[in-house]
Amino acid sequence: MTTEVAPVARRRRLAARRPLRMNVTLAAGLALLGALVLAAIFAPLLTGWDPIKQDLSRSLQDPGNGHLLGTDQLGRDVFARLLYGARTDLRVGALAVFFPFLIGGALGLVAGWRGGWFDLVLMRVVDIVVAIPFFVLVIALVFALGSGTRSIYIAITLVGWVAYARIVRGEVLVAKEQEYALAARASGLPTYRILLRHLLPNVVLQAFVFSMSDIVLSILAIVTLGYLGLGVPQPTPDWGSMIQEGQAFIFTKWYLAAVPGLAVVITGLALALIADGFVHRSARR
Amino acid sequence: MSALLELHDLDVDIPLPDGNLHAVRGVSLTASAGQSVGLVGESGSGKSLTLRAAMDLLPVPARISGGSIVVDGVEVTGMAPGRRREYLSSMMAIIFQDSLTALNPTMRIGDQVAEVPLRRLGMARSTARARAVELLDQVGIKDPEGRYRAYPHQLSGGMRQRVCIAIALSAEPGLILADEPTTALDVTIQAQVLGVLDALRRDRGVGLVLVTHDLAVVSGTCEQLNVMYGGRIVEHGLTSELLGSPRHPYTAALLRSVPDPDQPVHRLLTIAGQPPDLMQPIVGCSFAPRCLAAVDRCATDLPPLQPIHHGRSSACWRAHEPEHWPRALVDETTDEVRA
Amino acid sequence: MRYLAYVLRRLVATVPVLFGISVIVFFMIHLVPGDPAKTLLGIRATDQAVAALHKSFGLDKPLWQQYLDFMGRLAHGDLGRSFFYNVDASELVSGRLPATLLLVVSATVLALLISVPLAVLAASRRGGALDQAIRAVPLVGLGMPAFWVGIMLVLVFGLKLRLFPVSGFGDDVVGHLRSIVLPALTVALALAPILIRSLRTSMIAVLDSDYIVTARAKGLTHRRIILGHTLRNAAVSSVTVLGVNVAYLVGSTLVVERVFALPGIGTLMLDSIFNRDFAVVQAVTLVFAVMVVTINLLTDLAHAALDPRVELG
Repeated sequence: MTTEVAPVARRRRLAARRPLRMNVTLAAGLALLGALVLAAIFAPLLTGWDPIKQDLSRSLQDPGNGHLLGTDQLGRDVFARLLYGARTDLRVGALAVFFPFLIGGALGLVAGWRGGWFDLVLMRVVDIVVAIPFFVLVIALVFALGSGTRSIYIAITLVGWVAYARIVRGEVLVAKEQEYALAARASGLPTYRILLRHLLPNVVLQAFVFSMSDIVLSILAIVTLGYLGLGVPQPTPDWGSMIQEGQAFIFTKWYLAAVPGLAVVITGLALALIADGFVHRSARR
Repeated sequence: MSALLELHDLDVDIPLPDGNLHAVRGVSLTASAGQSVGLVGESGSGKSLTLRAAMDLLPVPARISGGSIVVDGVEVTGMAPGRRREYLSSMMAIIFQDSLTALNPTMRIGDQVAEVPLRRLGMARSTARARAVELLDQVGIKDPEGRYRAYPHQLSGGMRQRVCIAIALSAEPGLILADEPTTALDVTIQAQVLGVLDALRRDRGVGLVLVTHDLAVVSGTCEQLNVMYGGRIVEHGLTSELLGSPRHPYTAALLRSVPDPDQPVHRLLTIAGQPPDLMQPIVGCSFAPRCLAAVDRCATDLPPLQPIHHGRSSACWRAHEPEHWPRALVDETTDEVRA
Repeated sequence: MRYLAYVLRRLVATVPVLFGISVIVFFMIHLVPGDPAKTLLGIRATDQAVAALHKSFGLDKPLWQQYLDFMGRLAHGDLGRSFFYNVDASELVSGRLPATLLLVVSATVLALLISVPLAVLAASRRGGALDQAIRAVPLVGLGMPAFWVGIMLVLVFGLKLRLFPVSGFGDDVVGHLRSIVLPALTVALALAPILIRSLRTSMIAVLDSDYIVTARAKGLTHRRIILGHTLRNAAVSSVTVLGVNVAYLVGSTLVVERVFALPGIGTLMLDSIFNRDFAVVQAVTLVFAVMVVTINLLTDLAHAALDPRVELG
């Protein structure tokens, strides 16, 4: 059943998607992230060393002799651990954002569209969760759920959905009052249709842009958990635990703690550039 | 009466990522103390920017790219920015359309009016306060001492605009530039605010340059009128003459599009077409594509602003023969509707 | 007088939030299906230990009754008992609280001292080289783990410039203050990118405002415009931005305490996690949340005091 609303909505949708133009910031971010992801994927090709195998006879060697960044206190090649650590942290960081996005987004969508008591209750819950600092709650939850990667995903999901709920709800509230939504409702289109074809694209875009910076937060959380010994279980390489192990040698082999941290910073930079690049795009509409 | 403000061939450009927006093209204008001059045009015609250029308050990234500004006989375009700011602020004042955002929300209105006397005129705090109360009274605010301590958001739109006028007056200017000061107000309040500006002109000789898109406003308030279109002045002269017998098709079309409250309205008439794209160079007259009286020459040659008789000029190749323009343009009984 | 009424109303509004927090904190251990005692004790879950835990926490009682008991104890200030140290959790917490509070306060002050001038500078010279440089800070800084920054500071100050202690808390007031410098600086540096970004945006909004144009039209000096018109509005924005980021600030102190071995509630919580000392973990989580709610309340009240547009009625 075609209505007159469709052309209006299509024009709006096109307007939302049209400036898919590349700008420097976005390009730089994507390139950087691409390099990191490729390095992680092709880790076995980039280094011959096993990141887990210990060799105490070669512990704490300086860079050189086939070890690009030397070895750590258990004789493991630092560069290899860095690359394999990228696999762990990038993967877990990105995945950990997925469920908060879905769940928070869905809840926010319903809350924004329906309003009423659902919205009231949801926002109250949001206020409460937000009152407890992110790290504190995640750490407490990881403790309560038992250690392991699965607990990390659950903990981050339970805490992280809040931001997405807020953003999506906000966008829906605005979009609800836009002319095309009012027109759609006036023409009697069923609710889910309106939600799906008219509201969703722009709302999802905003949440997606946010998720770029949220992945940074997620990676930071995982790395922090690793530092505190609550993260991905050993012996899986992870930048956080590398930093923790390196801290003991900060005055002699400073790079053991410094380099994994730099890896996190560079990852954060790449994602921040992407998020910034997206914002530039849509701001110029 | 010598001119207080003279704009000569003023050009204002706005460099944008997409290109250069040539917003004001060769505008010349004069205003004297005690005189009221109107600047009328639709949105995008460049009238606000002209005003702001005169006060050196162009928003970033707009800038003056040509022409000169002479204030009380002094050429200000070449001046050092600091000196220019000081000079302009002592000669002229400006008020804006949105009185709420034009006032500092965290500062009491009395203090905002007292600011210039205190900081620039060197008055003592108590004297400056008294002066502020006096000014608030002059613009018609009742209980000025009581209202002194109010914050902008606590006042109505009309009162806020009066506060802005008081602030403008506090610098003791010879000329007030008003950028759509009544557009955001409803009609009765509009009349009051315009009344204040008019009284200031008559009683204290403070000149007025009024920018608006509303012909009704200029007909009551301004002696002289400039009509702007596409960044240029297209007609100039006494308001009564322009509105009575326009010599530019755009002025005529504007008049036609204003419904006469005394006549039954069959249809609302608009001017067909869109305003010109000011990012492109325009060949010929910028109004030609929409002009009912256009001839071939209009598309190729830019008509200069030329005098018709003393004190009256028009930028139209057919300014001297309005009687030959299409009836639809001037005849009020024609029902012609376009788009 | 109306302000007082506003204060009271905001205080009352925090009650439901505190209530909700207590619910979350209570239900944390019941998230995992099965016996919470076994989960908590982990590998140390001997039958004896499990039974002891059941007894001390009343874990065999129905859930709603456990919650009521919990709330009842809370009302008396009883935060449970640490079975690792065998003292009341509230004692442990109050012993460690001063270090954390000192850290939070000094970190806030430092964060504002760093961020506000930079943001104002960037906004007033918008588009210039300085602005671009300052805008790069959040790009790089947001990805920096707070603990890593801390470790780098340890490297710099421990190795090269031996100005401040890199661990511990010192014995007297002077010692405390000296020990808090690096941790506070770490948290401040972790917070600064976020603050700079938000403050710069609001400063630009202020400087773009029409009332600044009015001020320029008045012929006021640049200095007067900044001092008289921008600053108060800047203060209002700063308070708001700070309020939004309080939770992040407080959360950062936890891991920073570990880096610098500060005896605060953060290290208490981490130790208790490893000791499987559940009551203390619960207690500290609660205290952290209360801290955030309190600071939020204070920033709210400060905002209302500074901004005349806030509806007090």
